[in-house]
Amino acid sequence: MRTNKVFMRLQCALVITILAGCSPAPDSLSLTGSSTIAPVMTEIAQHYEAEHKIRIDVQSGGSGRGIQDVRQGLADAGMASRALTPTELAEGLQAHTIAYDGIALIIHSDNPLTELSREQVVALYQGKIDNWSALSLPARPVVIVNKAEGRSTLELFLQEFGLKSEQIKADVVAGENQQVILTVAGNSGAVGYVSIGAALAAESSGATIRTLPLDGIPATTEAIANGSWPLQRPLNLVTRGQPDTDIDALLQYIRHSSDARRLILDYQFVPATN
Amino acid sequence: MTTSSFPQPTDRRDRLLFVLCAISTLVVVALLLLLTVSTVLKAVPALPSLTQALTETNWAPLSGQFGMLAMIVGSLTVSLLALSLAAPLALILAAWLALYSPPLLRAPLRTLYELMAGIPSVVYGLWGLILLVPLVNQLAPPGASLLSAAIVVALMILPYGVLLIDSRLQSVPLTARQAALAAGLPRFAMFRAVYWPMTRDGAVKAMVLQFGRAIGETMAVLMVAGNVVALPDSVLAPVRTLTANIALEMGYADDGHRAMLYLSGVLLLLVAMLTMALVRRNP
Repeated sequence: MRTNKVFMRLQCALVITILAGCSPAPDSLSLTGSSTIAPVMTEIAQHYEAEHKIRIDVQSGGSGRGIQDVRQGLADAGMASRALTPTELAEGLQAHTIAYDGIALIIHSDNPLTELSREQVVALYQGKIDNWSALSLPARPVVIVNKAEGRSTLELFLQEFGLKSEQIKADVVAGENQQVILTVAGNSGAVGYVSIGAALAAESSGATIRTLPLDGIPATTEAIANGSWPLQRPLNLVTRGQPDTDIDALLQYIRHSSDARRLILDYQFVPATN
Repeated sequence: MTTSSFPQPTDRRDRLLFVLCAISTLVVVALLLLLTVSTVLKAVPALPSLTQALTETNWAPLSGQFGMLAMIVGSLTVSLLALSLAAPLALILAAWLALYSPPLLRAPLRTLYELMAGIPSVVYGLWGLILLVPLVNQLAPPGASLLSAAIVVALMILPYGVLLIDSRLQSVPLTARQAALAAGLPRFAMFRAVYWPMTRDGAVKAMVLQFGRAIGETMAVLMVAGNVVALPDSVLAPVRTLTANIALEMGYADDGHRAMLYLSGVLLLLVAMLTMALVRRNP
């Protein structure tokens, strides 16, 4: 009998916990979107939570999802690794830049290739060069890794090289940056493109990939900081209308605290200066 | 006293248990209904283009082309190939466990299969992406392919297959086993004449159920299948499955596109229901 009572109490406690979990916690923020921003945002959120009484949920799903979620009110702020379009601005969405990033082409570290011209990138992605021997490299079939539609990395890449989505002859379509990096790291004939921050971070942790220079400029955070890297983009938090006080406080923290600045640099991004 | 055919529980604790069970059942049934109804409702706007979806292979959501045939073929081929890889292997492993393995090894092996069944699918996917895809790439690039996806899914359904067939084999009555032993049958004949006839139906059902699991698998497939929307011309070509497509695109999909994704969800639900019906039909 005694154990029964204890058991019953435990059950009641469990039910109460579950019910309590159903009502939205008053002090919590949800951020969804870009897989480029999500990893660094998750860490910033952990530091922020420790100092402020607020919970922050960070979910990755691509910039398109971030903007969609904030538009529908499903998230307090969206993460978008691109500038907003005029249509989005007209809807009343606002972008708050927290850092800058670029996009770089990556190849397997065994590939002796040192540089690609713009024409070669276009020819590769249109399937006109399907073996590395065409570039006087050891013969090996080219494996084109592309990003899935709705990803801002894809949009910026297409825009920069004057390509259309349907012109691209992809061998592998990946969602997240990490999937592109793992695919290229496992395939000596592969070429892909990802966030420079993600690529440099992976390279320094030993992934078998290498970033390629573009127009003779090496892919580094310095090149992004001084504006010479051609494939630049802002990393934004997107809100509907003016940010509320909670989001505003988070933005201030990201832009001005030394912890957030250090994390942004750790992830090989360039902190926003304003 | 009540006259209903179901005797009402009288004891207080009995009644509590009854209420809890009733609530749980209702919740499950309601959830399933809600899920089906809401998926179908959200797919309704896409119904006018159902024929286009089922017969065309052009999938370009941003330019309004919604042909799903290539992805339907992708889902079916990955699942069928996975099943044809996993089913014979599961049968052999289960038969070995029941008839050939040293008795001391049986319990640890069962635990091993249970552990395998508990590994999250994304771990299988990561393993596939880091080890399997480069291997298949040696065979023919790009490595991320129908074959890689089928192997990963086969590994995921294999432990369930082994455990389910194994439980069937264990339920063969002791008298039947003793009779076979007394007849002096060698083990293979014992399996063919006694075990297999008594477990065949169950084993087939177990594997058909795994087809339902295979076609629903998402994350692991997304990581190793290559996700290119095109009819595969060989097992080494990349494919995109319906589930991988939903995971890749639901994030940014706007209204019309979203309805098409829900429609592919309805198709998957139908396949799952058909699979269940197939298992339930013959006794």
